[in-house]
Amino acid sequence: MNARDEILSRVRKATAGVQAPEIPRAYAQTSPTPDLLTLFAERVADYRAIVHQVPATDLATTVRQVLAVRNATRIAVPDGLPPGWTTGVTALSDTPPLTPADLKDCDGVITTCAVAVAETGTIVLDAGPGQGRRALSLVPDYHLCVVDAAKIAGTVPEATARLDPRRPQTWISGPSATSDIELHRVEGVHGPRTLEVIIAT
Amino acid sequence: MSGERTDVVWLGSPAFPKAAEKALADDRLRGNLRNATTTIRGKRARVVGERPDWAELRDAGAAIKDATLADLAGHLERLEAEVTAAGGTVHWARDAAEANRIVTGLVKATGETEVVKVKSMATQEIGLNEALAAEGVTAHETDLAELIVQLADDRPSHILVPAIHRNRAEIRELFARQVPGAPADLTDDPAALAEVARRYLRERFLAARVAISGANFMVAETGTLVVLESEGNGRMCLTLPETLISVVGIEKTIPTWRDLEVFLQLLPRSSTGERMNPYTTVWTGVTPGDGPQDFHLVLLDNGRTEALADEIGRSALRCIRCSACLNVCPVYERTGGHAYGSVYPGPIGAILTPQLRPDEEVSASLPFASSLCGACYEVCPVKIDIPRALIHLREKAVDAKRGHPSAERAAMKLAAWTLGNPRRLSAAQNVASLTARLPLGRPSRTWPGRRRIKRLPGPGRAWSRTRDVPSPPPQSFRRWWREEGEEQ
Ligand code: SF4
Repeated sequence: MNARDEILSRVRKATAGVQAPEIPRAYAQTSPTPDLLTLFAERVADYRAIVHQVPATDLATTVRQVLAVRNATRIAVPDGLPPGWTTGVTALSDTPPLTPADLKDCDGVITTCAVAVAETGTIVLDAGPGQGRRALSLVPDYHLCVVDAAKIAGTVPEATARLDPRRPQTWISGPSATSDIELHRVEGVHGPRTLEVIIAT
Repeated sequence: MSGERTDVVWLGSPAFPKAAEKALADDRLRGNLRNATTTIRGKRARVVGERPDWAELRDAGAAIKDATLADLAGHLERLEAEVTAAGGTVHWARDAAEANRIVTGLVKATGETEVVKVKSMATQEIGLNEALAAEGVTAHETDLAELIVQLADDRPSHILVPAIHRNRAEIRELFARQVPGAPADLTDDPAALAEVARRYLRERFLAARVAISGANFMVAETGTLVVLESEGNGRMCLTLPETLISVVGIEKTIPTWRDLEVFLQLLPRSSTGERMNPYTTVWTGVTPGDGPQDFHLVLLDNGRTEALADEIGRSALRCIRCSACLNVCPVYERTGGHAYGSVYPGPIGAILTPQLRPDEEVSASLPFASSLCGACYEVCPVKIDIPRALIHLREKAVDAKRGHPSAERAAMKLAAWTLGNPRRLSAAQNVASLTARLPLGRPSRTWPGRRRIKRLPGPGRAWSRTRDVPSPPPQSFRRWWREEGEEQ
C-alpha cells in the first residue's frame, strides 16, 4: 500500500464508529461596543503603532504630511492605490514587479486594507486593489496603511466572514515584534519596524 | 547539549526523574523559568479576562477539533483535493524517515544547498535539520529563539519560546561570540539583540530560494494553510522564496474556514497573551505573481494514528501548541523543558510523547511527571483533560511493567519524588480522585469525614505499603470549583 492509502486506512480504522459532536457557537459574533472606530484606534495604538483619524476629504493631505515628517520620498505603491495619495513623492510602481532589493531600499510602502478588526486592532490585506502582493507590505521598513472606516468589523468572526480564504491574506496586528527574550515584547524584527495607520472617516 | 536524536525524543534521554534532578539543582535555570512563566501567565490572564465568552470559545474549539478527528480521513481527502486544485502538490509520510526523505528530495531537486526555516514543531519532531545536513543541505532557523538555540548548539525547551531557559545576558554573550557582524559594544537590551538578528538574517531572506515551514491550521474545505507568528520571519519564508515546503501533522486540519474564527481568538490569547499575534499568513496552493510558485504540503502521520485509536489519548491530538499548559505547570517551572527528553515538553509532552513514541525509555516515566494539580486543564484552550489522560497513560505504563521492568522502576522513582513531600502529595491526591479503582478505606481520625486507604493503586503502591494515605475527596477542590464555579 502507498503511504497515502495506508495513512487513510489507519485513520479510518482508528475512528471507526466515532461520532462527530455538534459545534456549539455560543461565543460572541458581534462586538458589544457600538463605537468600533474608537475601539479599533485604541487597540491598534496598544501595539505601539502610530494612529491618525481624519475625514476622508483630508486623506491626501494627511498622507503627504506623515510621509514628509519621516522624510520618506521613495514609496512602493501597489496597483490600484488612489494616485492622489502619492503626489510629491517618488512612487515606485509594482508593475513590473519590484525586486526584493528595490523593496529593501525604498523608504516605505502605502496600502489600503481588505478588512480591519476593532476588537483585536488588526488590519487584513488580501492582495486586492491598493494592497498588492504580500511581499510589498513585508520587506520595506515602514508600512503606512489607510483604513476606510467602512472596512472596520467588530470581531474576528465578522472579519473572517468578509474574507475569501482562497486569496492570500496577511493579518497584521502592530509592527513586527518578538517576545523571545525573557518574554518581553520588542518591536521590530523582520517585518516593518514602524506601522502607521490612518483611519479615514 | 544538542546531541543526537531519534524522531520525537532525544537519544539516550534518561527517565524523567533523573533528568529532573539535574534541573532542580540548577538555580539559574529555575530563576529564568520562573521569571518568564510568571510574565506570560499574567499577560494571558489579562487578555483572557477581557473575554466574557472565553468558556464558549473553548467549548467551540474542543468540539471543532473532536469533529475533525471523528472524520479525519474525509477531511484529509478534501484537503488534498483542494490543495491540488489550487496548484499545490500533496505528499504523505507514514513516519519521520519518510517525511525527511520527501523533503530532502524536494530540496535537492531545486539544486539549492541552503534553506530558510520558520519554527515548526513538526519539523523538530522528525529531526529534519539533521536529515538535511546529512545530505549536505544547511537549514537556517529564522525564528529569534530558534536561532539562539541553533547558535548555542542547544535544545529547545519550550514550545513557544524555545530559548526560555536563557536570560538576556546569556543571549548577549552568545550573539557577541557567534553572530558575524555583531557590534563589539552589544548590550543585553532585548531591542539591541533583536536588531542583531534582523541584520544577520535579512540577506538570507532576500536570497533564499527554498523555505520550509509547518502550519498552525489547514482548512479542509478550501485547502488553505495558516501560520501565526510574531517577528515576520514567517512571512519572509512563506512569501519570498520560489519553493515552499510545509510539513504538517495530519491533526492540524480543521473542517471549515469559519472554524478558523475560533482558533484565531483562542491561540494568541493563550500563547503569547496578546489579543492577536503580530502576523498571520493565509495561503491556498499557489497564487500567480504572489508568493512561492512551487508549493508542497507533506502530511505527517508519525505515530498520530496510534494516538487517534486510543479513546482517551486521542484528545491530545486536539492540541494547538499554545504552550499555556507549560506556563502554569509547577513541575515544568521547576524542571524546565529539557527534562522531558522530547521536542514536546511540559504537560502536553507528558501525554503526547508516550503516545507518539511508546517504546522509548523516557516515555514510560513521562506520565508520572506531573502532580496532577489540574492547572493545565484549566488553561487549555481546547479543553484537553491532561490529568485524565495522564492517569490513563499511567495505568497503561504500569500494566506494561512485566514487559518493561525499567519503566516500572522509573515510574516508582517519580512516585517517590511526588509523594515524598507533603505539598506535592496534596496535589497528587487528584490521582486518586480521578481513578475509579481506589479501594475504600477505614474512617480517618485526623481528616474527619474522610476514609483512610491502605494501599495506593499503581506506582504509589510500594510507598503506601509503609504508611497510610489519607483518602482523597471524590473530587479535588480545584475540580469542584471549576465545575461548580463556572456555572455562576
Ligand atoms: S495541551 Fe492545551 S494548553 Fe497545552 S499546548 Fe496544547 S492546546 Fe495549549
